[in-house]
Amino acid sequence: MSIKNMTKEKNWSGQKLVSTDYMLFEAPREKHFMTGSEVTKEAIKRCTVDASVSYPITPQSEAAHLIGELWAEGYVGMYFRGENEFGVMSEVAGCAMAGARTVTTTSGPGTLRAMENFPMWSGTRIPVQLILMARGINSPLTIQPDNLEVTFMLETGCMIWYAENVQELFDMTIAGFTVAEMPDVHVPIVTVVDGFFVSHTRESVMLPPDDIALMPYDPYKAPLPPIDSEMPPGRFLRDPFVMKSNYISYATHASWQWEVRSAVDRSIPYARHYLNGLAHVTGDLDAEIVFVACGTASHQAKEANRELTKLGIKSKVVKLRTIRPFPHAELLEATKSAKHIFVPEFNIVGWLEKEVTQSLYGKSEAKIIGRPRVAGGMSMPVEAILHEVLEHVNEEKGA
Amino acid sequence: MAADKKRYNMRISGLGGQGVVTSAHILGSCMDNAGKFASLVPFFGSEKRMAPVEAYVRASSEPIYEVGEVVYPDIIMIYHSQVVTHGKSYTMPFYTGLKKNSLVIINTGFEVLNEDDKKVLSDLNATVVQFDATALAIKIAGTELATNMAMMGMLLGLTGLVTEAHIEAAVRERFLGNSFVASGGTASLDSAIEKKFKKKEDLLAKNMEVINATFEMAAKIDLNSDELIINIAV
Repeated sequence: MSIKNMTKEKNWSGQKLVSTDYMLFEAPREKHFMTGSEVTKEAIKRCTVDASVSYPITPQSEAAHLIGELWAEGYVGMYFRGENEFGVMSEVAGCAMAGARTVTTTSGPGTLRAMENFPMWSGTRIPVQLILMARGINSPLTIQPDNLEVTFMLETGCMIWYAENVQELFDMTIAGFTVAEMPDVHVPIVTVVDGFFVSHTRESVMLPPDDIALMPYDPYKAPLPPIDSEMPPGRFLRDPFVMKSNYISYATHASWQWEVRSAVDRSIPYARHYLNGLAHVTGDLDAEIVFVACGTASHQAKEANRELTKLGIKSKVVKLRTIRPFPHAELLEATKSAKHIFVPEFNIVGWLEKEVTQSLYGKSEAKIIGRPRVAGGMSMPVEAILHEVLEHVNEEKGA
Repeated sequence: MAADKKRYNMRISGLGGQGVVTSAHILGSCMDNAGKFASLVPFFGSEKRMAPVEAYVRASSEPIYEVGEVVYPDIIMIYHSQVVTHGKSYTMPFYTGLKKNSLVIINTGFEVLNEDDKKVLSDLNATVVQFDATALAIKIAGTELATNMAMMGMLLGLTGLVTEAHIEAAVRERFLGNSFVASGGTASLDSAIEKKFKKKEDLLAKNMEVINATFEMAAKIDLNSDELIINIAV
């Protein structure tokens, strides 16, 4: 197997090359029963991925292992294990700077260990995909699902998408490469799922055939040319501004940081197309009780919506699918009817509640309630959500 | 306990090596094969032989959104008496969170519930089905490793969620298919059980014999009886 075996019709492993639209929207699909880790393998298998670097950490180890199997089976061009997560995130950057479509996976403490690299990724405009299987990061050490780590990722300049279930993880992984590699976007994509709740949960998923794959990445359409013997990584590093202390250096840094964030915003029309919208709304459209959630918290909210309907109480669920870019317009539109906005979360700080509050500030009269909030790997039973809602609704009606 | 209920939230407690997660997987696959909905999730910890293991299965005739551990189950399955007698469970006591009018299936050859347990379960109007699934597995399949099949068979026999054909397809897929990704410990148990049989087809046949036997036993049980504990001889 070699990149030299690539033709216009087929990639090096013999899969027929197809457009992302065909892969996501047109190809016939069959039902499978899979975990999030297994579906990650299936998605990567269909993406003509050049390189992947891995390092084991629960709960993403299985996904990383399975990408390694894809390398052994001839689907992924290059695969190796880094010395730690900092090494991994640096090494995938090297692969991507050299023009490779690159993917890696990590979780919780691994994410934080690698932290310096994420703003470096966006600053060098590499379209790396990181599949983040969220896990607790506090001490005492935990392996349990808790998405506190996402709050640390919010301002790295990377796109952040949040998949609700195994199906969305599959579809988002494929769309992720495509949107991240758009020449006018070209920033890293972090595809987040809640560890265990998605990575280890087995459910039915619809997959297109595995003899088709995405067109290869074309690094010569990138805003920064790929490195070679003439071209240093991130061309501007040839004459590093960090060495200078003058107005041009400051202005360059500032404008580049704006540019990275603008690039994330420029992903909006593409993401709307490939994700079928940045937010999905279910339930009673005119409901005054609105749940705003992402990931599996929106799963729980949908169950709560079903139970509230049985009690004759109207509610709706607004599931945010992208966190960066933040879907301000979609959120505002979807919460027009709201009097109470509940933001159920799997972390202690309520980072999504802060995002929602900031986004709606001065634009909505609704009361924003950052509850229920569970942490440390706890489940969020529907009963807990109902308890919060009924407490608020009854409180306002008086004793 | 009505068998046509739309949604079942199951908590399966057992010990490492008994096939708790494997049977949860097969249960989910059965539902999937039957065109219904299921999701399953194992407890996330450091599982090892004889240590507590839990898995959770949600099964329904409509889509399931909820994920994570089942905190308020309406079916509890206990694969080993030590879950009750030694407290080898992540949820203590084992019936924590159990909803009213629920079903508990316990693998045991002796009386495991004390008077306090019985009082709580009785107040919840639960039905407890007790049988020696391990003895049945040894009797029919010649190995205690088929205990999980007996437990699963009893559950499906009692609830009528799926047919035996759906189960057979799921068992076949698990042991003879190539899509299942097992962890290291599970993979070594898989190879241990495969060595007990000349062919994988024999393993499948014995597992199905165990399941069929439990279906016959389940057919004789009246879940609407007023008895708290229904003991079935193996």
